[in-house]
Amino acid sequence: MLRYLIEKEFKQIKRDSFIPRLIFMLPIVAMIIFPYAANFDVKNINLSIIDNDKSSYSQSLIQKVQSSGYFRISNVSDNYSEAMESVESDESDLILEIPLNFERDLVKYQKADLMISANAVNGNKGGLGSAYLANIIAEYNGAIRMEHLKIVDNVSIPNMELIPLYRYNPTLKYEVFMVPALLIMILAMVCGFLPAFNIVGEKQSGTIEQINVTPVKKWTFILSKLIPYWIIGYIVLSIGMLIALLYWGLEPLGSLALIYFFATLFIIAFSGFGLVISNYATTVQQALFMMFFFVLTFIFMSGLYTPVANMPPWAQMISNFSPLKYIIEVLRLVYLKGSNLSELRTQLIALISFAVVFYGWAILSYRKTE
Amino acid sequence: MKKFLVFIQKEFYHIVRDTWTMIILLVLPILMTLLFGFGISTEIKNAKFAVYDPSHDLATQKIIDKIKTSDYFTLETYIDDPADIETIFQEGKIALVIVFSEQFYENMLHTGDAQILLIADGTDPNTASTLTSYASRLVASYQQDQMGATGMPPYQIHTEVKLLYNPTLKGSYNTVPGVMGMILMLICAMMTSVSIAREKELGSMEVILVSPMPPLLIILSKVIPYFAISIVNFTTVLLLSVYALEIPIVGSLFLLYGLALLFIFVSLALGLLISSLVDKQIVALLISVMGLLLPTVLLSGLMFPIENMPLLLQGIAQIVPAKWFIVAVKNVMIKGLGITSIMKELVVLGAMAVVLITLSLKKFKIRLD
Repeated sequence: MLRYLIEKEFKQIKRDSFIPRLIFMLPIVAMIIFPYAANFDVKNINLSIIDNDKSSYSQSLIQKVQSSGYFRISNVSDNYSEAMESVESDESDLILEIPLNFERDLVKYQKADLMISANAVNGNKGGLGSAYLANIIAEYNGAIRMEHLKIVDNVSIPNMELIPLYRYNPTLKYEVFMVPALLIMILAMVCGFLPAFNIVGEKQSGTIEQINVTPVKKWTFILSKLIPYWIIGYIVLSIGMLIALLYWGLEPLGSLALIYFFATLFIIAFSGFGLVISNYATTVQQALFMMFFFVLTFIFMSGLYTPVANMPPWAQMISNFSPLKYIIEVLRLVYLKGSNLSELRTQLIALISFAVVFYGWAILSYRKTE
Repeated sequence: MKKFLVFIQKEFYHIVRDTWTMIILLVLPILMTLLFGFGISTEIKNAKFAVYDPSHDLATQKIIDKIKTSDYFTLETYIDDPADIETIFQEGKIALVIVFSEQFYENMLHTGDAQILLIADGTDPNTASTLTSYASRLVASYQQDQMGATGMPPYQIHTEVKLLYNPTLKGSYNTVPGVMGMILMLICAMMTSVSIAREKELGSMEVILVSPMPPLLIILSKVIPYFAISIVNFTTVLLLSVYALEIPIVGSLFLLYGLALLFIFVSLALGLLISSLVDKQIVALLISVMGLLLPTVLLSGLMFPIENMPLLLQGIAQIVPAKWFIVAVKNVMIKGLGITSIMKELVVLGAMAVVLITLSLKKFKIRLD
């Protein structure tokens, strides 16, 4: 019986003009265009410089800033208000003000001031940009100090070397962060949204009544609805991973089997969630709104864009109830760090619990409507 | 006039009597503001770090203390074996591992060979670079303390960093203007187009059209409830951002509402245009989501900076109305600038409104005849 029902579903999917296109379009759009747009990279920071000193020291500092590669000097202003105007019009992101007598103060009085002003409306850019600039100045400061103290000599300077290393992503590419998570986004679309809409669609058009009067058992019916989308889920995931490999050059460090295993758990859990929604909704539009409502919450509480640890404590609590949080963690860990099952126990337990809870709920809420 | 009011009343009943529509219209804006406001946070605090310290001397201890006691970091654990560094990263709980070289203090004073490795988890690039730069600054301040033990450190450049507009680097300052744009687009364009498409689908459009009301008023009666609701929503988001997210409105409130009105006109016109092209709710919904909501989320600068995108996407972003709205709202609400700073945005949005409204009215007349 199940076989015939699944056959029916596949025929319906094949004859639908939308879904077959979706299966290929979704991974391509999500995996190729999305990483270009969803980019929090901080690069090309526009810097406005006010050099009141115009000394050899100020020049060499500007030289150093320029050669760091982080900054683009967008304009050289004569005074602060002129520089502010360029910030207001979004022409520059940062202002570096070198005061008059900077060189003299530093050499003669052994101390001098500099001022950085950052446009922090975009906190990410403002914060990182000013931190980069402050670090460059500190380095420059160190070099000057060494130079002068060497002349004076016999002063012991505590000296050390600081080497930052970026493990797993040495060049800090943002795509590396986004691509594994995007695989999950497309899985959620295919295995959560589509079956939910499909079942509600049968309700709305009344064809579910016809199924209800046949000897088909409820769970057979449901399974026949889910299995095709599980299969499509695997196809979409595989296409997505292929794009990740061929287009972005990202190969999973961990085992492929582990990725598919966790993907299966997630597919089961999330399609269970789709079932719950389809039980409560009576029209496709309602189902769409409900899904939209919950999935949006799940995504934002998942740490997809910024770490969960940055959120306020109450939001961190809520994030524990987002299945997407765990599966995105798994994909990033396995893909980028090659973690194995024993390091993913928390996520394993969480995803199994989600699957059990959502299916239990789906079954309970189904009985009522019968 | 009375007839017109009755039509508007009918439209309100449509909305109020459908629970999920009501929830979408009134609760979703609140949810979105809170999610975008709290869910995206670039503000780093209590990042967990681990230490591998084979030296165990005065200097390493002081440096660890310095980092541990800062607001940015929490010491999670000490590692005894460098091989554990890999495992600890693979569990995904540690964002930074600090590795000291052997005989650190000795070398620091005499040979200059002392080394600190800051190994950050690079999978999240922004967190990684923020953490290493915070940690380097803390180490540098230890160095200064050492030199300054006998007074001021010599040849010291004091750098004052002033963070304009958003001193605590909250992520919400960047996202809230975008959320406003998204919500207005959602309510005005999507809901209007869906509601008109529904009347067409159910056939009740015919009934309305044979009434003695002029077609223009029928369209207006459809649009006015959503217009009213979007003003309510805009106010809700403003209140939430001031009281829940603590983003002050620096500029003129009057100007902000004027800007919102202009953007609402653009969105409503888009909604009308879509509904004049389609006959089915689900198609209207799909076009709104794919054609309006997705570009608004991705390309308007709501979350992701436009200047990072490839040129093609930057070009497309120019025709997304929300892009112009968001820039203008940031200028007025957060930077507190006046009308002269947003002239360009006002002109672009105004032109969009005029073009879209003429276009949609023209299309509509053809259908109604």
